[in-house]
Amino acid sequence: MHELGVVFYVIDDVKKVAIENNAEEVKSVTIQLGEVSGVVPHLLEDCWNWAVKKHDIMKECVMKIEQIDAVTYCEDCKQYYPTMQYGRTCPYCQSPNTYLHTGNEFLIKEIEIT
Amino acid sequence: MDKVRVIEVKQSVFAHNDQDAAELRAQLKEKGIYLMNLMSAPGSGKTTTLTKLINSIKDEIKVAVMEADIDSDVDAITIAEKTGVKSIQLHTGGMCHLDAEMTRQGVEGLQAGDVDLIILENVGNLVCPAEFDTGATKNVMILSVPEGHDKPLKYPLMFSVCDLVIINKIDVMPYFDFDMDKVTEYVHMRNPKAEIIPISAKTGEGIDVLAQWVRKEIKGEE
Ligand SMILES: Nc1nc2c(ncn2[C@@H]2O[C@H](COP(=O)(O)OP(=O)(O)O)[C@@H](O)[C@H]2O)c(=O)[nH]1
Ligand SMILES: [Mg+2]
Ligand SMILES: [Zn+2]
Repeated sequence: MHELGVVFYVIDDVKKVAIENNAEEVKSVTIQLGEVSGVVPHLLEDCWNWAVKKHDIMKECVMKIEQIDAVTYCEDCKQYYPTMQYGRTCPYCQSPNTYLHTGNEFLIKEIEIT
Repeated sequence: MDKVRVIEVKQSVFAHNDQDAAELRAQLKEKGIYLMNLMSAPGSGKTTTLTKLINSIKDEIKVAVMEADIDSDVDAITIAEKTGVKSIQLHTGGMCHLDAEMTRQGVEGLQAGDVDLIILENVGNLVCPAEFDTGATKNVMILSVPEGHDKPLKYPLMFSVCDLVIINKIDVMPYFDFDMDKVTEYVHMRNPKAEIIPISAKTGEGIDVLAQWVRKEIKGEE
């Protein structure tokens, strides 16, 4: 499962930052997740809650997820539109000449430590 | 009670894998090993194509195979029996893709010191493997005729990361409404530089063209 694999990356990265900052414990991690990142938020949380138990420094660490809307840009008419609603074809000019502007992010925004 | 501090991280999670992949790519280059990451939907013909391809190049190029598609060793055994080259099964534990760290462990596990080409048969899936750089020298995907010529429109990321798109099962073309010109157009919409080679792993048609592509790639690597 995709979610489980990425949870291990997040744990590694968070641990590294926590240690650099002499943390005793990581209380929370805030993730910014694009609407079309391919990662399912509730599965990500489930995997997270299971995986953190094995790491002393982050046993109780809560994952907070902020969603980033998917927006597509049309290269022909230079307009932005919501990806989820219209997909890859521009609703203004019907051009297929479009690319994803935002929405595939998967970022660790910040962590709370003590 | 300890005071809570907020630490800004602002780091892409995928960057983690990208770093591992870049390291692996550099190591392979140093050792003179070409790693081909082969992807497709389940059943498009990865194992069959590999068998035919390897048999036509193995006298000139030393090949080894890492199988990750399914968590059983049938594909690894098929390759070993039909080609005689070294092949190992990677156990992905049900993961939907292979990442660079798992790939690195596989390369280590192969213990194939003097090999020229390692082929990785990735998990049969058109979504997740496209998002995770394995550290391969080049990405190759197989699209088979029954899947339809509009697949590049449905899975744009997969087609945009591939250097070569193999169109397999052209022997069944007469029974399907598959348009070679359209598929070429759609692939190039996603990736103008992608090469396209039509083959039939069943009849062997086009395997010589594919073998030639591989020879050119490997020699270009030296
Ligand atoms: N007609 C036809 N069938 C093929 C061809 N290549 C593979 N197959 C069949 O497609 C099925 C899946 O092939 P396989 O190589 O196991 O696919 P993989 O899951 O991608 O490794 C098998 O039944 C093959 O015999 C081809 O070129 N033509
Ligand atoms: Mg297979
Ligand atoms: Zn437009």
